[in-house]
Amino acid sequence: MRLKNFAKALILTALTTPVFASSQDSDHSDSDHNEHTTSHQNDAVDTKEEIKSYIMHHLEDTYHFGIWDKAGISFPLPVILFDEGLHVFSSNKFADDHGHHEGIAESSGKYYKIDHAKIYRTEMKNGILPLDFSITKNVACMLIAFFLLLLFFFRSLGKSYAANGGISKGVGRFMEPIVLYVRDDIARPNIGEKKYKKYLPFLLTIFFFVWFLNIFGLTPLGVNVTGNIAVTFALALLVFLFTNFTGTKDYWMHLFNPLGNAMPWYGKAVLYIILIPIEILGIFIKPFSLMIRLYANMQAGHIVLMSLVGLIYIFGNMMGGSLSFLLAFAISLIEVLVALLQAYIFTMLAALYFGFAAEEHEHHDEAHAH
Amino acid sequence: MEIPVMVGAGLVVIGVGIGIGRIGGSAMDAIARQPEATNKIQTAMLIAAALIEGIGFAALFAVS
Repeated sequence: MRLKNFAKALILTALTTPVFASSQDSDHSDSDHNEHTTSHQNDAVDTKEEIKSYIMHHLEDTYHFGIWDKAGISFPLPVILFDEGLHVFSSNKFADDHGHHEGIAESSGKYYKIDHAKIYRTEMKNGILPLDFSITKNVACMLIAFFLLLLFFFRSLGKSYAANGGISKGVGRFMEPIVLYVRDDIARPNIGEKKYKKYLPFLLTIFFFVWFLNIFGLTPLGVNVTGNIAVTFALALLVFLFTNFTGTKDYWMHLFNPLGNAMPWYGKAVLYIILIPIEILGIFIKPFSLMIRLYANMQAGHIVLMSLVGLIYIFGNMMGGSLSFLLAFAISLIEVLVALLQAYIFTMLAALYFGFAAEEHEHHDEAHAH
Repeated sequence: MEIPVMVGAGLVVIGVGIGIGRIGGSAMDAIARQPEATNKIQTAMLIAAALIEGIGFAALFAVS
């Protein structure tokens, strides 16, 4: 029990304690702040541009974990590049005199620069990118979500089962109904009683992973993991591979011979010129729509929320400010719902596609009769 | 961005709005008739709405 509390405290500390960047950074951000206020007094157009660039910056993945960039509060993260040899260095190397990460980093004779959230070699700025395996902000968040889920939530659920003879306790009591919901209301009806157990671990993992990362996006940490198309692409790719590699004979039969013996071959030949390309396209469109849906929903949510907060600076008075605040508050509440809903829909549609892959026709007797 | 492309995306979004609105409305009708089937109706509604929403996002994605 005491160990559990300690673990809780440790995680909370790790999540909330920012590592202050060097004092030199914060000095310069002060001068930055002054510049910002003077430009703010000059005209409103600059504020709009600033809000726009701030939102764009928030949506991008970064090489440092900035909690509050203006105040210089950020974690450095490791940059791992593979460019004619392995380069591992801290993202602090990119920090320039202004505390921005726009400087040039040197690593064993090569010089790197960040441009639009990508690392380039300075001598060929528009050329090929080095292979980038960096632990960026998004990767760090995914690792945090992974360890939280694995070591905290599910471990406590498993332990409470072992200790109390199959009755969950504590955090497990929160997790158990959700796990059962995914099993009984998502996996079972969509995949079928016979095969759902094969797909259940994947569905549970996807559900909790997406849900946690969506919720992470709403915390003041300012991360945008599921609103990054690379992340959702990877998730959709897993669904795509899992669907097609577990596809039964009937699944492929349905793709390449959907009409079966219902029509003579010359009739089918005409129809299949159109049907089969559509079916093949469908294999790719299904995971593609999964990718776009999650990405666009979360991205749009972040943009709307940050624009509403940005409106406070554009109005610059009591009325507009409080109105924007109320709107942003309402949208935040909706976003909590959307976070769950998108995780649910992603899991539900993945289960639906797995159901197609696992289908086995019962009406095969007519085929045998012929 | 050219204006016709954006107008096209707007038209797609209007269509998506009408579609999801009809799904929601029909689901409400169905729930009012058969409150005991609420869960099943909601699930079907969410799936259909999500599929249509995907088209809308694809249009916005093409524009951006």
